[in-house]
Amino acid sequence: MTLLSVENLSLAIGPLPILRDVTFSVAPGEIVAITGESGSGKSMTALSVMQLLPDAATTQGAIHLQDRDLLTIPESDLCDIRGNDIGMVFQEPMTALNPVKTIGEQVAETILIHSASTKSEAHNQAAAMLTRVGLPQDRFPLSRYPHELSGGQRQRVVIAMAIARRPRLLIADEPTTALDVTTQARILDLLKDLVQEFDMGLLMITHDLAVVADMAHRIIVMRHGEIVEQGDTRHLLANMSHPYTKALFEASSHQVDLPAPDEGPVPILSVENATRDYPLPRTRLFAPREHARAVNNVSFDIHQGERLGLVGESGCGKSTLTRAILGLEPLQSGTITAFGTTVSPSMPAAQRTKTQVVFQDPYGSFNPRKKVISILLEPFHNHPSPPRGREWFDVIGGALEEVGLQDSDSDKYIHEFSGGQRQRIAIARALITKPELIIFDEAVSALDVSIRAQILDLIADLSRRHNLAYLFISHDLSVVRTVTDRVLVMQSGEIVEHGDTESVFTDPQHPYTRSLIAAAPVLPDLKEVQNALA
Amino acid sequence: MLRYALKRLLSLLISLAVASIVIFAVIEIAPGDPASFMLGMNAQPDTVAALRAELGLDVSKTQRYLNWVGGMLSGDFGTSYTYRTPVGEMIKDRIWVSLPLALYALTLSTLIAFPVGIYAAARRGKPGDMAVMGATQFGIAVPNFWFAMMLVLIFAINLRWFSAGGFAGWDKGAATALKSLTLPAIALALPQSAILARVMRSSLLDILGEDFMRTARAKGLTRRQALFRHGLRNALIPVLTIIGMQFAFLLAGGIIIEQVFFLPGLGRLIFQSISARDLIVVESVVMLLVFLVIMVNFVVDLAYAAVDPRLRART
Repeated sequence: MTLLSVENLSLAIGPLPILRDVTFSVAPGEIVAITGESGSGKSMTALSVMQLLPDAATTQGAIHLQDRDLLTIPESDLCDIRGNDIGMVFQEPMTALNPVKTIGEQVAETILIHSASTKSEAHNQAAAMLTRVGLPQDRFPLSRYPHELSGGQRQRVVIAMAIARRPRLLIADEPTTALDVTTQARILDLLKDLVQEFDMGLLMITHDLAVVADMAHRIIVMRHGEIVEQGDTRHLLANMSHPYTKALFEASSHQVDLPAPDEGPVPILSVENATRDYPLPRTRLFAPREHARAVNNVSFDIHQGERLGLVGESGCGKSTLTRAILGLEPLQSGTITAFGTTVSPSMPAAQRTKTQVVFQDPYGSFNPRKKVISILLEPFHNHPSPPRGREWFDVIGGALEEVGLQDSDSDKYIHEFSGGQRQRIAIARALITKPELIIFDEAVSALDVSIRAQILDLIADLSRRHNLAYLFISHDLSVVRTVTDRVLVMQSGEIVEHGDTESVFTDPQHPYTRSLIAAAPVLPDLKEVQNALA
Repeated sequence: MLRYALKRLLSLLISLAVASIVIFAVIEIAPGDPASFMLGMNAQPDTVAALRAELGLDVSKTQRYLNWVGGMLSGDFGTSYTYRTPVGEMIKDRIWVSLPLALYALTLSTLIAFPVGIYAAARRGKPGDMAVMGATQFGIAVPNFWFAMMLVLIFAINLRWFSAGGFAGWDKGAATALKSLTLPAIALALPQSAILARVMRSSLLDILGEDFMRTARAKGLTRRQALFRHGLRNALIPVLTIIGMQFAFLLAGGIIIEQVFFLPGLGRLIFQSISARDLIVVESVVMLLVFLVIMVNFVVDLAYAAVDPRLRART
């Protein structure tokens, strides 16, 4: 018996077609994962089932939840179904909860609007549900507000809200994408348990193939609003028939061809006992200020041509350390020396040109009102000997060519480029002053897998041509593993483990490193899957 | 919450102290000696000196500042130079016109703006929204004294529902007094409500795009329920800010409306005192207005915290 069956669903927003002929089904107790890159229509498919589409959307086909066609029943019936028969969990736990209402009120609300229970019954049920999702009442009473909880805890609240009425179908749209790996593993376990316990169908939307392969009973691969392939997980992994599916899996486990390190004898960057404190808000008027230590006694070197990775979960101090290395924030103790000069916020601008940075968000880090040419030339404002006359054109053309773009792109604005192209421009901007050290701060985290693979190849390629040294900061262990020679593991502001990348990953010493590696979802070895089936 | 309130209270006291120094200093800088101004060009120097002593102008500036502040704290606002009556009594008469008028206008403006703003936000881009936006544009563009004159023309002269001006006084009963304040309050409220409705609309539209509104719909709330249960309270913060600013404007900025309706309010008092160089009245009225505005801001701060738990936590 199927729980949800979507038949020939087509969706357009205004004149723009979004989905074409989407057909799939979910059975009770089954986990079905829809995967694909951004813009493939996976989230829109989920929102179609919820019937929470934008006003301009028009749909064709049928979406049956058991015997009812969700596309034809009136809105008032849909309101009865949402939250009661279908629950939904969203991507961003930080913003998915109303900040001015307590978690108890918000969970109890789902119960109150769908049942005749009294307020106190609803609160009791809410408390039970929160306990079930791992928020026991003694530590997380109903009176807590969302801002008092961490991202993972908030996602648990969202899940409690979605399952409070024990819906038959749960839709989870990228439920763990915004979370750290260890939190992600726990939330995924929770979802799996709940599916079994409540015999729910789970329709999960995720771009992360490792998560998909690990969780789902069945996989649906989407591209450009169409399903390119679907089937039983093991079967699909073993016999991928569509080239796009193959390409997607290949890109996910992409290994770059990193040239052998050619390290110079002297360190170009050396961080010695760096400590960075942030003042906390005063709790009493005249009390001395308390401080939070974001980076604690961190020491490491980067040699010429060395590729160093830095991994750790959010809040571990990675970004603070980056800002200190760039000389954007002062240290409370310790020193950072780059190219023989001490790094500090007061260092002369001319000395900053040898270290450049590429940030995560390729759109947010550019001024949208400037053309690519002025963005690329910006680092020269501080340069001691900027190019003159005709040299400008050679420099711009060279930089764009180096990252696989064209000379003519210099006259465009940043919104004319895709995410991957923007990140290429960010790399071109970082490279243009011929720096010897580049800091990649989560530089590929916002990109789709196929684009990510291309950018990683580009980084490897550039490091081959220029003997580039870089510090590659990421929460994504598989990426760090492929593009670095040495890795630092950071936890609560301290480096807990460092060593050769391969040996740290194969034989982690520190318990934290071990838990990180254990929690990270990994793609199954496709050959093994094939052999197991054969 | 208590700690937050105490902190706001402390900053309120500091603001008041600073404001009193600034007001005193500015009035001191203004040229012209009240005593010689009162006695005219031909006054004898010893008469002027005697009057100066009587008015308390012969001591040092610091002493005069302290006398002024000390007097105000004990309810003695000094004596008007021109009318020779206690300033406290003059203010008392006027504030019973201006304060109710401001509150009346603010209540009207809020009562109009909330439904209108919510209506427009809920119908974004549809004809209802466009009509509201057009009307509010008109309300902002047209000066309130023109509204005032139109109201007099229609409701006082043609329909004869209200008197064209003057204040009945509170001793004839609250209903009569409020009736005589109704037309001025409407004239003050209309442009303010147009601004407030627009702020309400745009603030709600921002909130409607938030993720938690989608979560609310996914729970099974209707659009309307989601708007009222989850949207409204979050949209209130910018609206409260504007309400606080509007109150300040309505208190002191009602002078034109007071003129149109012949109301004996604070605006007229301050205008007359400035013309007559009655500095002690100017000082006291300005200080009083500052006090009221700072108090309103204090209340708005407390309202923020009541609306948003994140502010309560951040002490």
